[in-house]
Amino acid sequence: MGVDLSKATFRGYLRENGRVGVRNYVIILPVDDLSNAAAEAVAHNIKGALALPHPYGRLQFGADLELHFRTLIGTGCNPNVAAVVVIGIEDGWTQRVVSGIAATGKPVCGFGIEGHGDHETIRRASHAAREYVQWASEKQREERPLADLWVSTKCGESDTTSGCGANPTVGNAFDKLYAHGVTLLFGETTELTGGEHLVANLCRTPEVRAQFQAMFDRYQEIVQRHKTSDLSESQPTKGNIAGGLTTIEEKALGNIQKIGKKCLVDGVLDKAEIPTGPGLWFMDSSSAAAEMVTLCAAAGFAVHFFPTGQGNVIGNPILPVIKICANPRTVRTMAEHVDVDVSGLLRREMTPDEAGDALLSMMLRTADGRLTAAEALGHREFVLTRLYESA
Amino acid sequence: MSIQFVVHEEGDSVGVVVVEGVKAGDHLAGWIMEEDRILEIKALDDIPLGHKLAICDLADNATVIKYGVDIGRTIAPIQAGGYLHVHNVKTKRW
Repeated sequence: MGVDLSKATFRGYLRENGRVGVRNYVIILPVDDLSNAAAEAVAHNIKGALALPHPYGRLQFGADLELHFRTLIGTGCNPNVAAVVVIGIEDGWTQRVVSGIAATGKPVCGFGIEGHGDHETIRRASHAAREYVQWASEKQREERPLADLWVSTKCGESDTTSGCGANPTVGNAFDKLYAHGVTLLFGETTELTGGEHLVANLCRTPEVRAQFQAMFDRYQEIVQRHKTSDLSESQPTKGNIAGGLTTIEEKALGNIQKIGKKCLVDGVLDKAEIPTGPGLWFMDSSSAAAEMVTLCAAAGFAVHFFPTGQGNVIGNPILPVIKICANPRTVRTMAEHVDVDVSGLLRREMTPDEAGDALLSMMLRTADGRLTAAEALGHREFVLTRLYESA
Repeated sequence: MSIQFVVHEEGDSVGVVVVEGVKAGDHLAGWIMEEDRILEIKALDDIPLGHKLAICDLADNATVIKYGVDIGRTIAPIQAGGYLHVHNVKTKRW
C-alpha cells in the first residue's frame, strides 16, 4: 500500500522549544557512574520515571569531557523527553547539565549527593520525579506535520542481505522523506571506507565536502595508527563475515544504500551535535550500534531506522529503534526483533518502492505511539562515546 | 520465477545467494536488480545464504566489483559459479 507523504501527519508531543517528540519520558539522568545507584532508586520509587545509568563522567577532560556533557545535555533536550531529574556526585557539574537542558524550557532540576548521602538525595529527587511524572501524564499528543519529525539511521550486524534489501529500503524511505523537508541523519565514519568518494560527491557544497573529507581522513588516521592487522573480524565484524560480507569496502557500499539515490548531504555534524535545519546530515561517529544510536538521540532525533541482516537486537532508552530486515533466516529465527520484514525483496515479491512504503507506514505508526520490538523487549542501551583515557 | 541469487547491477563480478541450501552442481537463477534481468549460472561449490558466488571468471589479483564499485582483490583465481569470500578475496584498504 502506497504512503502519500504530502498529506502525512503524526501525533506527537509539542515541547516548549517547538520541537516535537513521539514519546513522553521523565528521565533520571546520572552525571557520573557514582550516581547510578541513586538514579535507579528514584526510578524504582516513582513509576513512570526512567533511569539512564552509564559508566562514565569522572576525571574526563578536554574534548572528551565536552562530548560527555553534550551527550547528557542533548539526551535531556531530546523532544521524546518531557522532564529531567539530574543527579551527580557534586553540585557543579550537576548544575552544568541542568542549565544545558533548561535552555529548552522543559522542567529540569538537579541534586548533588555530596553532603547529603544517597538516602537524602533519593528522597528529594523522588519528590521532584513524582511531580514531573504526574505533570507529564497530562500531556496530550497533537497532530503535527511530517517535517516536525527527525529521523536518524544506522545499521548493525549487517550481512549481504542488508546491502540488497534492508538498507535500500531505508534509502527509499529517506529519498521520500527528504523531498518533504524532514531532518535526516546518518554517520558511521569508518563504515564508509571504500565508498567515501560516493558520499563526498553527494555533498551539497564544496565547504561541506571539505568538512566531510577532513572527518573521514581523521578517522582513517586513527585506524592506521592503532591497527595491528587488516582489521578483519573487527571491521567487517565476525558476525558480518559469517553473514557473507568479505571486505570493509563491500560493507561500506551496502551501508551507503541507506542514504538513497536522491538525497544530498546538506551538512556535517560533530558527535551529538544538533542539526540547524532540515535535510540530510552526516555525523562523524563510531560505527558501534549503541554508541551511534545514543549520539542520534543526543542530537535530538525522535525516530530511528535500524536495518539489520544477522539480527542486531539494539534499542535505546528514549529513541524508538525500528528494525528492518531482509534476511529470510533472521526474520524466521529472530522474528520478535523485527518491525519491518522486507525479505520479500530478495524473493522478487516486493519492489524497493513497496519496501520503502512499508517502512514509512511503520514509522508513522511508531511516531503515533506504537511500541517498537526493541521497546517491547526492554532494550535500553545507553552508551556514551569516549574519545581517550581519563586524566 | 523463483531466484536463488541477486546481483546489484550489470558489470558486477559477484552475486549474493538469497536462499538456504545451495549445493555444488545446482543450476541457479539470479536477478540483476538494477536492470531487472535474469541470469543463470551453475554453482561450483556449496554456498550458504548471504554468501557470494563469482558470476564471471576472475584471475588472481583481480579487482572484484559489486554495486559497480571496487570491493577488494582476489588472492586466488575464482571461476564463475565458485564461492567467493575471505579465503580468496581481501580488502585493498587497511
